Parts: sequence; structure tokens; C-alpha cells
Amino acid sequence: MSIGLAAAAALLFGIGTYLMMQRQLSRLIIGIGLIGNGANLVILQGIGRRGTPAFIGDGDTSTMSDPLPQALILTAIVISFGAIAFLLALAFRSWSLTGADEVEDDVEDRLVAKRGGTSEDVDDAGALDLSGPNEPRS
Amino acid sequence: MSALLLSLPVAGPILAAGASAAVARSRRAQRWISLVTLSGLLAMAVVLLIEADREGRVVTQAGGWPAPLGITLIVDRFSAALLAVSALMLLAVLIYGVGEGGAERSPAFHPTYLLLAGGVAMSLVAGDLFNLFVAFEVMLSSSYLLLTLGGGAEQIRRGTTYVIISLLASALFLTTLGLLYAATGTVNMADLAGKLDQLPTGTAQAFRVMLFATFGIKAALFPLFFWLPDSYPTAPSPITAVFAGLLTKVGVYAIIRTQTLLRPGESKVDTIILVIAGITMVVGVLGAIAQDDIKRILSFHIVSQVGYMVMGLGFFTVAGLTGAVLYCLNQVLLKTTLLLTGGAVEYLEGTGRLSVIGGLMRRSPVIAGCFALSAASLAGIPPLSGFVAKFSLIEAGFGGEFWWITAVSVAVSGLTLFSMTKIWSGAFWGRPAPTHVPSRPTGRLPVLMGGPMVVLVGTMLAVTVFAGPVVGFAQRAAVDLLDRAGYVSDVLGPARSER
Repeated sequence: MSIGLAAAAALLFGIGTYLMMQRQLSRLIIGIGLIGNGANLVILQGIGRRGTPAFIGDGDTSTMSDPLPQALILTAIVISFGAIAFLLALAFRSWSLTGADEVEDDVEDRLVAKRGGTSEDVDDAGALDLSGPNEPRS
Repeated sequence: MSALLLSLPVAGPILAAGASAAVARSRRAQRWISLVTLSGLLAMAVVLLIEADREGRVVTQAGGWPAPLGITLIVDRFSAALLAVSALMLLAVLIYGVGEGGAERSPAFHPTYLLLAGGVAMSLVAGDLFNLFVAFEVMLSSSYLLLTLGGGAEQIRRGTTYVIISLLASALFLTTLGLLYAATGTVNMADLAGKLDQLPTGTAQAFRVMLFATFGIKAALFPLFFWLPDSYPTAPSPITAVFAGLLTKVGVYAIIRTQTLLRPGESKVDTIILVIAGITMVVGVLGAIAQDDIKRILSFHIVSQVGYMVMGLGFFTVAGLTGAVLYCLNQVLLKTTLLLTGGAVEYLEGTGRLSVIGGLMRRSPVIAGCFALSAASLAGIPPLSGFVAKFSLIEAGFGGEFWWITAVSVAVSGLTLFSMTKIWSGAFWGRPAPTHVPSRPTGRLPVLMGGPMVVLVGTMLAVTVFAGPVVGFAQRAAVDLLDRAGYVSDVLGPARSER
């Protein structure tokens, strides 16, 4: 277990989480990438002996580190590479369709929220009617 | 023999996906490849199910490497049954998709669909956590593509949310895996089951919670469900149906598998699972009531129903898991059928807004009949299959003296019925809004669309008629799920489990 590696992973997770709170898609994607790499560093903690290579010769295993975490990380990197490439394509498509690099609101959700608010609007209208019949509502 | 049976459901669809991509110019060839592959998958899944029910578990070590080193492929009764039901449903939706046109016309549809099938099969036979991770990624990557197939602005917006949430879940999964490997030196689930017991209780419970959270995102549990009703409804109908029927259920499967196998003993985590299940049920159904669009109502129901399955798991009794197994299998059929009927309504009317459409019962009795039977079953009206599943769950709840959550589940079931009648009276009774012009005024549904819905409803009715044997099967599956020692010795060999 290395403090440096753990700190680096924590830093990546922290910055990644911060970036994920942003509304710009490009920052979000960078954030996702950083979190993915933080996860890879966490896996790397499991290799056991720091600074020793995996598979060297065929002799003493005490001079080797555990190769499995490296294999796992390699797989994970390939997968997240593909996924992030796809996400970038989505972001580009979104930019060419809307011209903005932003995560947009859920339209249907807004509608439901609005509907929840209609009863208040009706009450307001009633209050206005009491104060003056022809007063226009702004 | 078992090696072939377990690897072909995974390899078959994935190889066929490659072949399908190679013949992308010919839609005819693509259709035949998909049809033959998914029929084959269904046949293999049925053989596997029979085999699993006879022997309990079918295990093979890929490449012949012994268990903790190599990759274990394993099915038990639950996963075999889930695979069979999923294969049936994938085949039915494929035929529906061909009939509907739309998304199926894209040359990318068939290869991606087959890849999704391969990913689902792989998650169900995976015997180690890393393989499960890869399987989820295969499944999710294809789902990203299917969800954004049209490339319209709305689909892209929702697709982006979905991809980001899924990637975040994957990162969490990877982190958990890394920590688990560092603590135990293995990712094989059978091996982990033994080694987790030797860890300090706090550490072992922390791993359980992390795995629960990871799969909770995929299964759309409260508070991690918000992405689902947002992203599912915009996809083309057959794709929404597949996602609704399969993806969350595979998440639930992963929760059930890991929580039963990697559970060192009773703890507060069990209570957390029950509380989350309860809130998921309530929030899902309340969300459904507030919506106006058929597919959105049904999407919120997916969330609510997932709560029931997790509740069955949370009891950690044979009776509870019997209910969860029944519920899960039943939901694959029901949710798919319901979303297909929703899709068929959109096909005829051009919209799924309840405030606009109406009077479909006279125009299309087939859709109305399929919807009525599945909706009644979903709400748990006796004697339909949904009632059988719900009854086992509630019986298990009262039997285990989990009073409050069982009461919540009964109340939610009433609300489910309410929102189903909302769809019924909005879409099938009454009159359409005066300004509404249906996109297909004749009301004729292609046979290829109606047929699969009828077959799925027929399967649901068959489950209702043969409720006795099905419940018996679910009970055996539940006993298997709770039998950790049996699982471990089946994978690692009898000698190792005794140690």
C-alpha cells in the first residue's frame, strides 16, 4: 500500500467529482475520465510489491508483483476509452444540434413541475380578480 | 457438454453480431442472422434450464484452468430461468421491431441488438466479478448505441445522461473490485464468499454496501433511479421494451447474486436493503401517477417494481427469495409486453399522451386485451401470474414478521392499480381530443407487431395456469440462492469448501 498512490487516487476522484458538478458537457466528460483513472489507481494498489515487474523469468515469485491487477486495469482502460470516445461523439452531436455545450433540462420533468405549480397560479389569479376586475396580469 | 452449453449463449450472439455487421448492406440477411441466433439462444437457454433444474448448478471453467485462477462460468436455477425468459423476450421484441420498422431499419440495429443479447447472457453466466463487470460493459455499450440510434436532439440529450450515469456506476464497480481484490486476492465469487468471512466484519459489510450501491444504479433503486424515467421513454419502442424488461432485471440479478453469496451473516445492511426497497416502491409509483405519457408512466413503474424484488431479497428467507425470483421472471415478461403495447399505441396514434388519445379499445382490441391482461397482472389481480408473485412476497413478509414494509408493498400495489386504470381510461376508453389526428387512422396493427405481444401474454397466462410447478421451481431456486456452501463447493470442488 503506497500513500502516494492512494493520495493520487483521492485527488483524481476529488477533481473528477468537482468537474462532474459542472454544467458544461466537456468538463463532465473530463471528470468522468479522471474518476475512471482514479478507480484504476485503486486497483493498482492490489499488486502487492511496489516497483517490481510482473512476470520476470520463471523463478522466484517473491521478486514479482501480482500481474492480475495490471490485467484488470488494461481491460478497464480499453473499456473506458471506448465509452469516453462515444461520449465525446455524443457531445459533438449535441453541440452541432443545439450549438451549446451544456447539459439540458428534462423537458417532461419541467412540465410536471409546472403542473404542480398551476394551483398557485390559479390562486394568484383569484387574488387579482378581487383587487380589480380589469387589471392585466403581468 | 456443459462447457459448450455455457459458452455458446455468450459466444453465439457476439459472433453473430460480427457477422451481422459484415452483411450490413443486406437487411434481409441481417434479419435472418438475428432470428436464427436468438432462436438458437432460446433453445440453448431452455436446455440449460432443464439441465440446471436437474443438477442444481451447471458449472464449467473456461479454458480448463481450475477455479480461482480461471474464469468460472456458472448458472443455477435462477439465472438459467432468467436467461430463458430473456431469450424469449429478445426474440419476441426482435419480431415486433421488424414489424414496426423504425429503429430496425438502421443497419446498426441488428449487430448492436445481438451484442446486447450476448452481454445479457454473459452477465447471467459470469462466475467472477470481473467477468460480470465486462459483461455489464458489453451490455451497456450496446445499450448506449441503441438508445441514441436515431441521433435526434432529444435522444442525444437523454442518451448523454444515461451514458454518464452508467460510466459513473462502472467506475464505482471498478473501485469496489480493486478494493475487494486488494483485501482478498480474488475476484471469483465462490472464492470471495469464503474469504469475505475471514475479513473484519466492518470491512466485509462495507464491500456489501458498495456492491449494493453499484448495482443499485443499474437496477434503478432509490435514490439512484432518476436517470431511468428520463432516458428510457425517448428510445424507439422495441428498444425501450428490451431495456425495461432486461437491463434493470440484470441489475437486480447481480444484487441478488452478490448479496446472497457475499453475505457473511445477519447485519444492519439487511435493514438498509429493506428500507431502500420500501422507498423505491413508493417513490416509483408516486412518480408514475404524476405523469401523462404512457411510456413515462410505465418507466416509473419499472422503478417501483424493482423495489418489490429487492424487498424479497431483503427478507433473506427462502420464502422471500422465492417471491423475488417469481417477481423478477414475471416482470421481464410483463414490463416488455406493457411497453410493447405502449409502443403499439404510439404507432397507431403518433403519440402516447393520455390527454390526447382515447377510445382505442374499439379501434384496436388486440392492444387493449394485451394491455388489460398485463396491467392487471402487474397490479396483482388474482389469479394472474403477477398475483402469484406478489402473494408469495407478501406471505413471506408477514411470515417473517416484516410488518411495515409488507404493509407498504400492499399499499403501493393499490397505487399501481390506480395508475394502470389511468392509462386504461385515458387511452382505451373515452374519446380522443377533438384536435387529435391519429397517424394511422385504420387502426390496423401489423401481424408481426401483434403476434409477439400475444405470445408474451400467452406465456404469462401459461405461468398463471401452471402456477404450482412454477412456484415449486422458484422455491428450489431460492433454496439454491441461500445455499452458499453448495455454490462454493460446486465451483471450487468439495475439498476446498471444507477448509
